[in-house]
Amino acid sequence: MGNKQTVFTHEQLEAYQDCTFFTRKEIMRLFYRYQDLAPQLVPLDYTSCPDVKVPYELIGSMPELKDNPFRQRIAQVFSDDGDGHMTLDNFLDMFSVMSEMAPRDLKAYYAFKIYDFNDDGYICAWDLEQTVTKLTRGELSAEEVSLVCEKVLGEADGDHDGRLSLEDFQNMILRAPDFLSTFHIRI
Amino acid sequence: MSRQPKSLGEEAGSGVRGQVRSGSPGTGDRSGRRPSKKRAPRAEGAAGRRGAQPGQKERVGGSPGPGSPRRKQAERRRHREELGERGRSSAERTCTEKRKKDGRTSLKEQRAPSRKEKEAPRKEETWKRLKKHRSPSLASGASVGESLSEEELARILEQLEDKKKLIATVRSKPWPMAKKLTELREAQEFVEKYEGALGKGKGKRLYAYRMLMAKKWVKFKRDFDNFKTQCIPWEMKIKDIESHFGSSVASYFIFLRWMYGVNLVLFGLIFGLVIIPEVLMGVPYGSIPRKTVPRAEEEKAMDFSVLWDFEGYIKYSALFYGYYNNQRTIGWLRYRLPMAYFMVGVSVFGYSLMIVIRSMASNTQGSTSEGESANFTFSFKMFTSWDYLIGNSETADNKYASITTSFKESIVDEQESNKEENIHLTRFLRVLANFLIICCLCGSGYLIYFVVKRSQEFSKMQNVSWYERNEVEIVMSLLGMFCPPLFETIAALENYHPRIGLKWQLGRIFALFLGNLYTFLLALMDDVHLKLSNEEKIKNLTHWTLFNYYNSSGWNESVPRPPLHPADVPRGSCWETAVGIEFMRLTVSDMLVTYITILLGDFLRACFVRFMNYCWCWDLEAGFPSYAEFDISGNVLGLIFNQGMIWMGSFYAPGLVGVNVLRLLTSMYFQCWAVMSSNVPHERVFKASRSNNFYMGLLLLVLFLSLLPVAYAIMSLPPSFDCGPFSGKNRMYDVIQETIENDFPTFLGKIFAFLANPGLIIPAILLMFLAIYYLNSVSKSLSRANAQLRKKIQALREVEKSHKSVKGRTTARDSEDTAKGNSKNATQLQLTKEGTTPHSASQNQTTGKKAQDPGISRSASRITLPVSQHLPVSRPPGVRPDSGQPRPQTHPWRSASGKSAPRPPH
Repeated sequence: MGNKQTVFTHEQLEAYQDCTFFTRKEIMRLFYRYQDLAPQLVPLDYTSCPDVKVPYELIGSMPELKDNPFRQRIAQVFSDDGDGHMTLDNFLDMFSVMSEMAPRDLKAYYAFKIYDFNDDGYICAWDLEQTVTKLTRGELSAEEVSLVCEKVLGEADGDHDGRLSLEDFQNMILRAPDFLSTFHIRI
Repeated sequence: MSRQPKSLGEEAGSGVRGQVRSGSPGTGDRSGRRPSKKRAPRAEGAAGRRGAQPGQKERVGGSPGPGSPRRKQAERRRHREELGERGRSSAERTCTEKRKKDGRTSLKEQRAPSRKEKEAPRKEETWKRLKKHRSPSLASGASVGESLSEEELARILEQLEDKKKLIATVRSKPWPMAKKLTELREAQEFVEKYEGALGKGKGKRLYAYRMLMAKKWVKFKRDFDNFKTQCIPWEMKIKDIESHFGSSVASYFIFLRWMYGVNLVLFGLIFGLVIIPEVLMGVPYGSIPRKTVPRAEEEKAMDFSVLWDFEGYIKYSALFYGYYNNQRTIGWLRYRLPMAYFMVGVSVFGYSLMIVIRSMASNTQGSTSEGESANFTFSFKMFTSWDYLIGNSETADNKYASITTSFKESIVDEQESNKEENIHLTRFLRVLANFLIICCLCGSGYLIYFVVKRSQEFSKMQNVSWYERNEVEIVMSLLGMFCPPLFETIAALENYHPRIGLKWQLGRIFALFLGNLYTFLLALMDDVHLKLSNEEKIKNLTHWTLFNYYNSSGWNESVPRPPLHPADVPRGSCWETAVGIEFMRLTVSDMLVTYITILLGDFLRACFVRFMNYCWCWDLEAGFPSYAEFDISGNVLGLIFNQGMIWMGSFYAPGLVGVNVLRLLTSMYFQCWAVMSSNVPHERVFKASRSNNFYMGLLLLVLFLSLLPVAYAIMSLPPSFDCGPFSGKNRMYDVIQETIENDFPTFLGKIFAFLANPGLIIPAILLMFLAIYYLNSVSKSLSRANAQLRKKIQALREVEKSHKSVKGRTTARDSEDTAKGNSKNATQLQLTKEGTTPHSASQNQTTGKKAQDPGISRSASRITLPVSQHLPVSRPPGVRPDSGQPRPQTHPWRSASGKSAPRPPH
């Protein structure tokens, strides 16, 4: 295809298409979105794989993310060092997982990581509290929050160890009718 | 269900396993060199690649010739093998040879045709690495001796399959991009290197060629997919709306787009097979009575007011049933138009049924059982209530509010689930509300019946006013406009939960529309019967007119009389065209009413609120009129019923689908604009959860209901005697019989007659019922088994968890021991801190000892790579990429327990 773009080599594009759920056009669009976030930072030539990171402040201000209560977690989960600063690869990764085409399992895995605020491999009561607070903007009282967390643990904690493991989470989320339709970001 | 977590973990494992297993004879001691390359993340990877290019140029310069030292060495070694060494089996040797040659041929083949020049460096680099690996491979192959055999070949094949699978599924692995890219590149190299080696003898070239073609095919498919996604219209518009209003509003537009696609296909079918042939090959306008405007209407036939009512020239055009001639074949193609007309009418329904059912099925396939949702109320609220699509702060605010409310509601529900206050009042109000709504429905039904009857009176009178002519359409549109808000007001009495309320509302509007449509149909049917009873009279009249015209005296007998002008021939009322016109008008007026409602109700209101807010006593935006919300249920139902009318009417008015395509096209743009410019997001943003299938279900119901009258008309009403493709026949379906009798060989006709025998059809129907019953019971028992399995798995998991906590402690100790004993495995073992057992520890130690075995030793060292490099944060155990290590074929733990995440990496 006579594409005039010189940002990526042909092989790079092919590889990205293999590694994400995007078509070539979408990858290019994502790249330009990424580039627009920090035009002075991101070069227009990625054939040599420059080591560029766009800071979280810019990532989080994308219209797709700026209203998301979990935007910081998303950026942290997909960034290399957990600080929310993203390379292009991270960026593509993020939107690939969030794309419509990504399978349930993959989405569930990353959703778990997003809701696991303290990165300890389990969603514990504290993580749940964080989630509820973020979802309701702190409009529930402390008792209500703790009640909700209790309920969630009671429902989804299969092994009664007081926290949700990835298995518990997947077991629960894979039955959720809306998970696929809500856990995706169009770009 | 519970298989899924496992499969994820396993995928991650198998990927690594595949990579690890590449302990093939060909890559003997790659381990030494691999790590350095692999450790380089993607960023440096490419630098390395560029760095490799000088070397490869070198190679291009000299190495392929037989004089190259490395090559000589290999040659010599091979010679020696052939002479004396019986250590290696012949199979392996041929394999190596083949690989060698094939590497070369495949390179040539790949480089020669149509590969871009850009890609060549990569190929050459691969080739170089391939060469690099080959000579050591021979060395190690010789040293390992017996271990290389046909099994090895089989193993390579297996690995190849693994790698190919990896390439196909790498995108759904939970790895960071850098790792995915590395894995992908490695797998591709592996496949490129070995796929040629597997052909047998002469089939080798063919095999390589097939591989090449397969690659090309994949590339083509990808390009085609790219092309296909570019062809999907309005993607960006819908995304825009989705981010502003959430997925529920967008689901309407997606549904609209889908509907547009379906209508486009129907339009193509009707236009291509009926209208175009008729226009091109049928007898032209004005040649026969049915294609001519009658004398009485002639002077007004071109007036706009007449045309607007689809009378005059439009009535006598190919857009309507009556225009078609009953000539069996038309044109030099001998196109059987009546037959085509009938078949297209049938296939319109067939295609619609098929596509609706198929999309319903594909919708249900992705979804899980809904019965569980009661068990996870809070969890689902917590983890799936946020719509990640929302990209608009206003919507987000509403969403926060609605989530908070729903949490509070659930808490209240939980706390006082059996609190009953004033149940009598609630009951009374609900009964009252239902009574009122039934009254409304009956009233609207009667009104429509009355109006249609009146319109029949009007149609007999002369010079009726515009209102009287269009009364039916106006009344129906007004009812559709005002009843839903009325229902909503009444529903406020009932005090239902909004979600249940929405369902009631949808059901009521559906009942209203359906009632209206069917009343309309019944009234129309009365009209049709009236016309049919008059037909006999007109037939006689026509006959007599023609008879008198030709036999009247006062004409010179020697000159044959010119035939009577077609405009002067008296003709019947052609009820089919009348029905078609009714539907056409209904569609158009429906469209206009929708647009006017949007313009007045949404746009003008928004303008008013926006601009009068500066000089008004109260806050208009927050207070009473405010902005309109997008009415999803009303719009969807409107669309569905409109489609129902199209299905019903398209048999009588082939042009109707074309009108509908235009309507959908304009309404897409118009509504997109209106929703973005003058609507606000819903106060209670709700998700489009599975509602898509709900829409589809309604659509299917409407399709079925619109199939009924058409089927009735085809089967039991006689067609008009002087218009339409079936004129002169007793019933419309006679056209099939006629075709079978005249155009098919007699034995086929006999077969058809036999098939149509009730004695055969009734058993067939019985058989179908039996099959349905059987399948139904099978699916029931399967789902029961499913539920039982789920319970079992749940119990198993609990048991395992309790075991795990005990195991975890022993594991930590064990791994420390091993780390001391074997420095090579240190990284690996530290990472497998959970689920490791004494057994696995000992296995690892033996692994370390068997350093001479290339496959396993490499696995031991290589396995550390992805882990050490790509696991900056702690991972949950289930998907740890290091969980898939080379394991014996019969793994006691996997096969026995079937448990998922904490798999012991022995």
